[in-house]
Amino acid sequence: MSPDRLAGRLAERFPDVHVARGEVTLTIERDALVETLRYLRDEADLAFDFLSDLSCTDWPGREPRIWMAYHLASLLDHRRRLRVKAGLPADDLRIATASEVHPSAGWHEREVYDFFGVTFDGHPDLRRIELPEEWVGHPLRKDEPLGGVATQYKGAYVPPPDQREL
Amino acid sequence: MAERIPTPLGGTEVARGVQAQRLSDDLMVINMGPQHPSTHGVLRLVLTLDGETVVDCQPVVGYLHTGIEKNTEYRTWHQGATFVTRADYLSPFANELAYAISVERLLGIEAPPRAQAIRVMVSELNRIASHLVWLATSGLELGAISVMLYGFREREKILDVFEAITGLRMNHAYIRPGGLVMDLPEGAEARIRDLLRDMGSKVDEYESLLSGNPIWVERNRGVGVLTAEQCRAWAVTGPILRAAGVAHDLRKADPVSGYELYDFEIPTREEADCYARYEIRLAEIRESLKIVEQVLDSMPGGRVMVDDPKIAWPAQLEVGPDGIGNSERYVRHIMEESMEALINHFKLVTQGVKVPAGEVYTCVESPRGELGYYVVSDGGVRPYRVRIKDPSFLHVQVIPEIVRGGLVADVVASIASVDPVMGGVDR
Amino acid sequence: MTDAVRRAEEEELRQGILTTTLAKLVNWARKQSTWPVTFGLACCAIEMMATGAGHHDLARWGMEVFRASPRQADLMIVAGRVSQKMGPVLRQIYDQMPEPKWVISMGVCASSGGMFNNYGVIQGVDTVVPVDVYVPGCPPRPEMLMYGILQLHEKIERRGTLT
Repeated sequence: MSPDRLAGRLAERFPDVHVARGEVTLTIERDALVETLRYLRDEADLAFDFLSDLSCTDWPGREPRIWMAYHLASLLDHRRRLRVKAGLPADDLRIATASEVHPSAGWHEREVYDFFGVTFDGHPDLRRIELPEEWVGHPLRKDEPLGGVATQYKGAYVPPPDQREL
Repeated sequence: MAERIPTPLGGTEVARGVQAQRLSDDLMVINMGPQHPSTHGVLRLVLTLDGETVVDCQPVVGYLHTGIEKNTEYRTWHQGATFVTRADYLSPFANELAYAISVERLLGIEAPPRAQAIRVMVSELNRIASHLVWLATSGLELGAISVMLYGFREREKILDVFEAITGLRMNHAYIRPGGLVMDLPEGAEARIRDLLRDMGSKVDEYESLLSGNPIWVERNRGVGVLTAEQCRAWAVTGPILRAAGVAHDLRKADPVSGYELYDFEIPTREEADCYARYEIRLAEIRESLKIVEQVLDSMPGGRVMVDDPKIAWPAQLEVGPDGIGNSERYVRHIMEESMEALINHFKLVTQGVKVPAGEVYTCVESPRGELGYYVVSDGGVRPYRVRIKDPSFLHVQVIPEIVRGGLVADVVASIASVDPVMGGVDR
Repeated sequence: MTDAVRRAEEEELRQGILTTTLAKLVNWARKQSTWPVTFGLACCAIEMMATGAGHHDLARWGMEVFRASPRQADLMIVAGRVSQKMGPVLRQIYDQMPEPKWVISMGVCASSGGMFNNYGVIQGVDTVVPVDVYVPGCPPRPEMLMYGILQLHEKIERRGTLT
């Protein structure tokens, strides 16, 4: 199914479908997530049964602030790919868990919680995965520093990478 | 009578992140790793055992977390290649390839045909090298120590080829957005052909050593089964999926960088156990040898970097008397002949390239499965977000499904057949 | 009187030479078979394995047996980037090793944090364990690691005391 045909098929049900650089992006409200994923998985001609990736991007100046991105694919026709995006407002970073529809989302969601602080309602085991348990903060947010150290060598001072000019 | 699956005893923590479980007299919780000779890296498994039977297993990862994704946000687009290459350190070319293709898609350009052909060739050589490390370490973990020495012996030959082409044995930042850093040197093709000639018989040697060996068969047959349905649910790809009977390989299903031009098979098996994955990886080595031969036979000429001076990394390095060195000609050109070239070089090296705003998701077939890169740009000279979806991350998530109900010794065989690389899991 | 003094001096001298010779012997024996503990973390671990394999052979110095248990090892080659979560584990393994023990910091990530100047990586394992030899490189070639090991051998030989 070519991207344009897929976009046309999705536009029958969803209002916000967008094609760019050969990829189809479907933007939904965060409350409709589980229902949308289930629909995309169970419809016979769509059959998006494979959750390839679950991640997010932090846009601190904008509202909604965190944009979740679910990359779906179909094992029957792997050229058929789709990105589902949902925005989370800055003061309420929570969304339903996708692990009922796609069990592989379990660890992806733990990682997003670890790095960005997004809470997933209904997740069986939401705790930090990559960083130590007692770590404070969510480092991949844009307002958190890189955490590097400055170096001083023979009178020259080199600041950590996130404080350099270029 | 032991309980089948223990349930958490709310709130009580026995170790970091591990809740106490309702233990009857027969269950024992032991810790495997993170410093362990057989866990393929710094993987920690908290096993709940009923004698020798594994009742439950909880993997704890993060012991190699490096913050690569955040680091790329503070470097230029070109410098990103040196970071992503160290994520999955056993298949650096796969990482570089996916990153470079993502940036090229954002830029709207395509690498020249010669660059694409060489990319395929080094990626396939990488696949062979990675499978050799898998074979060596799996053999070592299961007790076949001579396989360790044979695997690394063959790998040295491939690393010699990599060193001749890229300058480094591992973690080469060779594939960059726009093409390659430098062209193949003199004599590289002859060396690769020598390698191809020898590798085929070596794979026969491994097969004769292991395939009929009753101990190897006994430890791998019927162990660590993961059905196709489970693979689909847990998003497992790569040799594990192909061992379950699903003939799915991204090199055929969604080819990038000219993979569609070459003729190769996708080995699959039906049994979905460790032995099937072993057979598939050996067959994949043979298929990769075929692909490398086809690339060499049909190598196009031309540039290895795009023509655009605003994007092309100044890919002009020559081998000096000390190894790799700057090109005298190029240095003279920018220092003495052309001011514009100097300014361009300066801007390229300090600022890099400005990539139009947008997002792409590119997947390639790494030796372990589907490696996906989700790259977001906000129109600047630095990546806004580089998200690495590594196949090993999902495969370690599925290890409890594989080992539950088996013996402790089978845990080692199962992890070895899953072939996780903790650099990719933790990034 | 002077005879007695001279005899006492000779006795002491002889004992000193004996101790020095014994120390040299012990140091020679220790350096000839330092057994490393398996502490390969990331890319450098693969190069360490390649150094131990057939082409560049660590067995020529008696080091091909990588002990899994730190109780049986006397050398720790920290090969690879040490994350914040791994730091306490590193220290625990180091503490479990019996004296005398040495540490080689292999690669720039172990020596100084390497290219990963960020929140996740410990900026140099010498903040956690005392290091004897630093081997730079990303990853260091097997020959570089072997040179580092030979430098460590020289360091072991220079030890003055028996303990």
